[in-house]
Amino acid sequence: MSQESFYKEISEAIVSLDREKAISFAKKAIEENMNLLDVVEKGFGAGIRRIGELWEEGEFFLPELMLGGNIVQESMEILLPFLKANKEDIMSGKVVIATIEGDIHSIGKTIVATMLSANGFEVYDLGADVSAEKIINTALEKNANIIGVSALLTTTMIGQKKLIEILQDKGIRDKFKVILGGAPVTQNWVNECQADGYADNAIEAVKLIKKLMD
Amino acid sequence: MTILKPKIQLLDEEHKIKVFNEAMDILENQGIFLENKEAIKIFKQHGIDERNSRYFIPSDLVDKCLESIPNEIKLYDREGKEFLSLTKDNVHFDPGSAAIFILDEKTGEIREALSKDFIHFSKIVEQLQFIDAQSTAIVYQDVPKEAQDWHRLYLALSNCYKPVITGTFRKESFKIMRELLLACRLSEEDLARKPLAVFDACPSPPLKWSDLTTQSLIDAANSMIPSEFVSMPLAGASAPITLIGSITQHCAESLAGVVIAQLTKKGAPVIWGGSPAVLDMRRGTTPMGAIETMMINIGDVEMGKFLKLPTHAYMSLSDSKVPDAQAGFEAGMGALLAGLAGINMVSGPGMIDFESTQSIEKLLIDNEIIGMVKRFLKGIENFGAPFASNILKAYDKKQELLSHPLTLKLFKKELFLPSPIIDRLSRDAWKDSGSKSIRKRAIEQTLKLEKLSPIKPIDEILAKQLDQITSANI
Repeated sequence: MSQESFYKEISEAIVSLDREKAISFAKKAIEENMNLLDVVEKGFGAGIRRIGELWEEGEFFLPELMLGGNIVQESMEILLPFLKANKEDIMSGKVVIATIEGDIHSIGKTIVATMLSANGFEVYDLGADVSAEKIINTALEKNANIIGVSALLTTTMIGQKKLIEILQDKGIRDKFKVILGGAPVTQNWVNECQADGYADNAIEAVKLIKKLMD
Repeated sequence: MTILKPKIQLLDEEHKIKVFNEAMDILENQGIFLENKEAIKIFKQHGIDERNSRYFIPSDLVDKCLESIPNEIKLYDREGKEFLSLTKDNVHFDPGSAAIFILDEKTGEIREALSKDFIHFSKIVEQLQFIDAQSTAIVYQDVPKEAQDWHRLYLALSNCYKPVITGTFRKESFKIMRELLLACRLSEEDLARKPLAVFDACPSPPLKWSDLTTQSLIDAANSMIPSEFVSMPLAGASAPITLIGSITQHCAESLAGVVIAQLTKKGAPVIWGGSPAVLDMRRGTTPMGAIETMMINIGDVEMGKFLKLPTHAYMSLSDSKVPDAQAGFEAGMGALLAGLAGINMVSGPGMIDFESTQSIEKLLIDNEIIGMVKRFLKGIENFGAPFASNILKAYDKKQELLSHPLTLKLFKKELFLPSPIIDRLSRDAWKDSGSKSIRKRAIEQTLKLEKLSPIKPIDEILAKQLDQITSANI
């Protein structure tokens, strides 16, 4: 089998949400000493991007998007230890993500975290109801590129602004790109907070972060 | 005499028992997550086991707590007159609460709200015949963040006499809100005897009673002020995708609320309510207009009725961003189904864009819908046989029945007579009057209602007292 058709088979396994097949392909790639960077990018990466497109086209639903993301995540965990390059060189970037303090709405944030991870980002998902200080400390500790903060309530949105103010006060605003998420977030709010952007859904979030990382 | 009371049911007795037993089992073996210190203290006093902030409530304790809950809550207006009774299959409506935006009927734009918007809204609610209670429906931005919850109660009481559905965003606010309510009554006992407001208490799915909402429930119970549970399982995200699974989770979360309230104060009034939804599997949103959301609501309410408790649900809302055909059919289906399910308090009228935006246009349209629903619920009446033959003999004589004495006597009773918001003109007459859409007609009706004087103007001394309490706390 040519390499190209192997990549295509991987991508098809991802799109058909076949976990067993995807994992067996990951193992096969390791056993056969293939170029794992290409396997990740042209096989698994292509598959998850296709799933994203299918979701945008309305063909796929969120449970399928999540399952696709989880399968790619699992496959990546198998592949990562065998990738010869540095982790930093392979991964698209590091993201610390959380729902802000006082807010327990986590589903949107979780979908974004899964899709980022499946798209090759190193993601630290701190969960819901997380203080701005904890998010910042984790971002510093992990040397993250991106901080993603979600809020679903107007009463907790203020925490998104507070996080950016703390970064400014500490003189470390430039260390991170900060993106916002959640139903009430608008471009006006992004401007008011001096954030770097917001996304309406998980696929847009991936695109936004890729753009910010360029 | 009504022949049959219109009614729908989705659960049979066998399944209600199964749901209840499983909910009891969940409380006993999976436990609920609790972080409020006062509640934890009360739970410990009653020997409830805890592991990692999860509290395992034994079934016999739940049973005991269910025995002491009142199965009727009467709400009284601002002046202390009995206004409505939440029990059996009585159906009442109040505007969907705590919208963070309004649809400005003058510009057609959705925007952040100001206090003047809520004053306007409350005055309109006072005039609407079929909106039985008011709610602190709009969160406005021109008061300090710390006052955003309680200040709404001040404006609600100052501008509308109807009982209020409300709630806190901060623990500290309950005290101020209680003070505002007490200003409308002679004493604490008088307020307990004649409740004017209901406080929403919203557990977080799955199986968690947050610090804030638990405190609100405890504070209200201590003052014998009714609380309304707003358990909100999100099917497919924070609750099972199966409707029956979500109903079971709602039952467990609400039973935990029953226990917190009754252990705080025996006999504390509570309403079995909720705002469940299914997750939209394309967009990840929480559609309130989804038919399955309505089905979960009906199942939840049937469980409440099974336990003989007053009931509540969030229905008659729409996910549409404007009062369009979608808003009409979602609100219409929701209101009719809620009525047929016999839900004691239905929160939702006026709301669009999930639970985020209030629209006066939609509120007025919903008022008409509710008028029709309430007519439907009266069913078909038997006025005595023969039903038609004598009347038809009269037709033979005059070739018309408009002037028949029975027509004159009964047309207002048999027919719901809508306002001009509902278009029943001939096409020519409709064209001649400007070919107006329902939105245009609703806005015109708003302008008329604005000009009316209050049905019950507020007593000047009371108004001053409310002002004083507010200025002392802001």
